[in-house]
Amino acid sequence: MKVHEYQAKELFSQYGVKVPKGNVIFSIDEVEKVYNELGGGKVVVKAQIHAGGRGKAGGVKLVNNLEECIEAVKSLLGKKLVTYQTGPEGKIVRKVLIEKASNIKRELYLGMVIDRSKNSLVIMASTEGGVEIEKVAEETPEKIFKEYIEPCVGLMGFQIRRLGYKLGFEKDKLKDFSKFLNGLYKLFIEKDCSLVEINPLIETVEGEILALDAKINFDDNGLFRHPEILELRDIDEEEPAEVEASKYKLSYIKLNGNVGCMVNGAGLAMATMDIIKYAGGEPANFLDVGGGANVEAVANAFRIILSDKNVKAVLVNIFGGIVRCDRIAQGILEASKIVDINVPVVIRLQGTNADIARKMIDESGLKFYTAKGLKEAAEKAVELAKGGE
Amino acid sequence: MSILVDKNTKVVVQGITGQEGSFHARKCLEYGTQIVAGVTPGKGGQKFDEKIPIFDTVEEAVKETEANTSLIFVPPAFAVDAIMEAADSGVNLIVCITEGIPPLDMIKAKKYVDLKGVRLIGPNCPGVISPGKSKVGIMPGDIHKEGTIGVISRSGTLTYETVAQICEVGYGQSTCVGIGGDPIIGSNFVDILKLFKEDSQTEAVVIIGEIGGTAEEEAAEFIKKEFTKPVVAFIAGQTAPPGKRMGHAGAIITGGKGTAKEKIEALESAGVYVAKSPAEIGLTLLKALKKEE
Repeated sequence: MKVHEYQAKELFSQYGVKVPKGNVIFSIDEVEKVYNELGGGKVVVKAQIHAGGRGKAGGVKLVNNLEECIEAVKSLLGKKLVTYQTGPEGKIVRKVLIEKASNIKRELYLGMVIDRSKNSLVIMASTEGGVEIEKVAEETPEKIFKEYIEPCVGLMGFQIRRLGYKLGFEKDKLKDFSKFLNGLYKLFIEKDCSLVEINPLIETVEGEILALDAKINFDDNGLFRHPEILELRDIDEEEPAEVEASKYKLSYIKLNGNVGCMVNGAGLAMATMDIIKYAGGEPANFLDVGGGANVEAVANAFRIILSDKNVKAVLVNIFGGIVRCDRIAQGILEASKIVDINVPVVIRLQGTNADIARKMIDESGLKFYTAKGLKEAAEKAVELAKGGE
Repeated sequence: MSILVDKNTKVVVQGITGQEGSFHARKCLEYGTQIVAGVTPGKGGQKFDEKIPIFDTVEEAVKETEANTSLIFVPPAFAVDAIMEAADSGVNLIVCITEGIPPLDMIKAKKYVDLKGVRLIGPNCPGVISPGKSKVGIMPGDIHKEGTIGVISRSGTLTYETVAQICEVGYGQSTCVGIGGDPIIGSNFVDILKLFKEDSQTEAVVIIGEIGGTAEEEAAEFIKKEFTKPVVAFIAGQTAPPGKRMGHAGAIITGGKGTAKEKIEALESAGVYVAKSPAEIGLTLLKALKKEE
C-alpha cells in the first residue's frame, strides 16, 4: 500500500526523523493560514499524488510570497498532473503540501528495502541525491553504499557510523545522523514497511539533516496488524474497478487492452495475459478468481471485467484440479444467469473432467465458445475482440 | 529416486483441524501419502478422522510417530511461529502452504531454519509431489504421472498447466516443487536445481518463473556453471505493467528491475530452452530432449 508524502512525513516525525516544517491543504481557503503559520517567506508547494516524477512534471514549485503561493496552489489543486509514472492519463491533484523552503548545502540519498536474494533488510545510501537512484546504480555503482541488517540483532552502531562517514558527515553530525537512521529503521520494522525512500536527504546550510522528500510503501501482508496504517489509504488514488474487486477479495489489475481475462491462480493469470499478446491481442486486465472459482466469485469477476467498456471479448481460463472442471463449468453457467454478459466469451477448462465440462457448456444453449488448447482459446478470444470493434 | 519426498516421507500436518488443513490432509491420504500425525495446540489426544493422532506440539508428534516432514496450514499471523516450531522439533523438511505472511517475519524464519539446518519449501506455494510416491501439498494428485522430468515453479495453477503439458507430450515427473510466490521463500530455484542435479531419476528440468526479484537470473548463472541436464523455462508476466503486484506478493517489477525480458535473456544465455508462449512448454521440452540426445 502506498501513502502520500505528507503522510509519510507525519510518520517520520513520530519516529524522530526530521522533516521540513509544513502542512497539507485540501482547499485554496486554507493556503493563507498555513502560509502564515510557517512564518511567511520562501515556501515550497508540492502536489500530493501517488506517483514519482512530480518535480520534472511541474508538480513542485518554489515561491517567494503569499500571492505566489496562492497562484501555485491554484495551478495544481484539482488539476491533472502527468508524470512519467502516471501514464498519459495523469492523476488529479486533490491535496497540496506547503513546506518551509530549506537552504540546501548538499543532497544525499537514503533508502531501505527488502533484498529478496539476500533474504535481508538493506539500507542503501548515496552521496548522489536528488537524481534517479536507478541511474546512479547503473552508471556509478561505487557511489552507492549498502548495509545489510541481521534480523536477530537489528541495525548496529558501527553500521550507522560506516554509512555516516561514507556519506561525508562531519564528526559532530554523526549523532544527528544516528538518531535519524535509527528512527527510520524503527519505523520500517514496527509498521511493516516494504520500502522507505528519501530522495533527497539534505544537509542544510544551518547544519540540519532533513528528509526533503519521503516515500513509504507498506507490505500488504503486514496490514492486518496495522489498522492505523490502513486508515491512511487514499481510495481516490486507486483505480475504481480495482477498489471494487478488492471488496470481493478478487485480485484484479486494469490494463489497456480489449480482451478481458478470468483465470484461477496468479501465475496462470499472468501467463494468460501473455498468450493473448502472443496471439496478437492486448489483455484488458489481470484477474485471479481464486482456486475453486465458485459461482459468487465468477459472477463478481464477470461484473468487474465487464465494467471496463474497452472489453470486447472475455477469455476464461481455469485449471480444475481439486475442484473438478465439471463443477467449475456448472459455476460458470450459474453465474452467467446472474450477470448480463454482453460480449463473446471463450471458455477453456483444463484438468480433471475437462471433456465433460466442455460438453456441458456446449450443450447449455448459451453463447459461449469452448476451446481445448490454450493457444486455440487465446486466438479465438483475440479474433472475437477484433470482430466486436 | 526423486527429491525431497518419497515413500519414506512421514508427514505431520500443522493445523490439521482447520478447514484447509483437514481438507488437504484427506486428499494427501487418498493419494497414499503417509500422514502420521497432526498438530493443533489444545487438541492433543484427539484423533483426526478416527485414525491420525493429534498432538499439542510438533516435538511430541515427532517423538511419538517419527514424522520427518511438516506440512503447514496455519494462518499468516501464526505461520512463522509454526515454521520455527517445526524447525526446532527434529523434522528435516518443512512445506508451508500459508499465503500472506509478512516478509519481515519471513526474514527471521528463513534465518532460523537455516540455523537449524532444516529445509523449508514455500510459503505461499502448492507444496511438493513425487508422483506415485508421495504428495505433500495441495496440488491435484491425479493430473501427475511418474517419470523423469523435474519441475520447479513459483506458481500454483500454472504448474498444473505445465504438468498437464508434460504428460501430453508423453513424459512424467520425478518431483514437482512449488517454491512459492512470496518475496522471501525458504528455497529458491538454485537450491532445488542442486537436488535435481544429483537425482538419477531426473533427466530434464522445467522452470516456471515470473516477474519480480532475481531468482531466475541466479538460476541461469548456476545452470551455466554447473547444471548439465537440459532445462526448459517459461517466465510469466511478459505483459505485466511495472509497479503493480500481480497477485503474488513477489510478482512485481520495481525500479525497472525484475522484468520477464531480463530473465528470459539471462536464461537463454545459459543455454536454457525458453518457451515464449505458455502453450508451448510441453513442445519446448520435447525439443530440448531431442537436441540433447
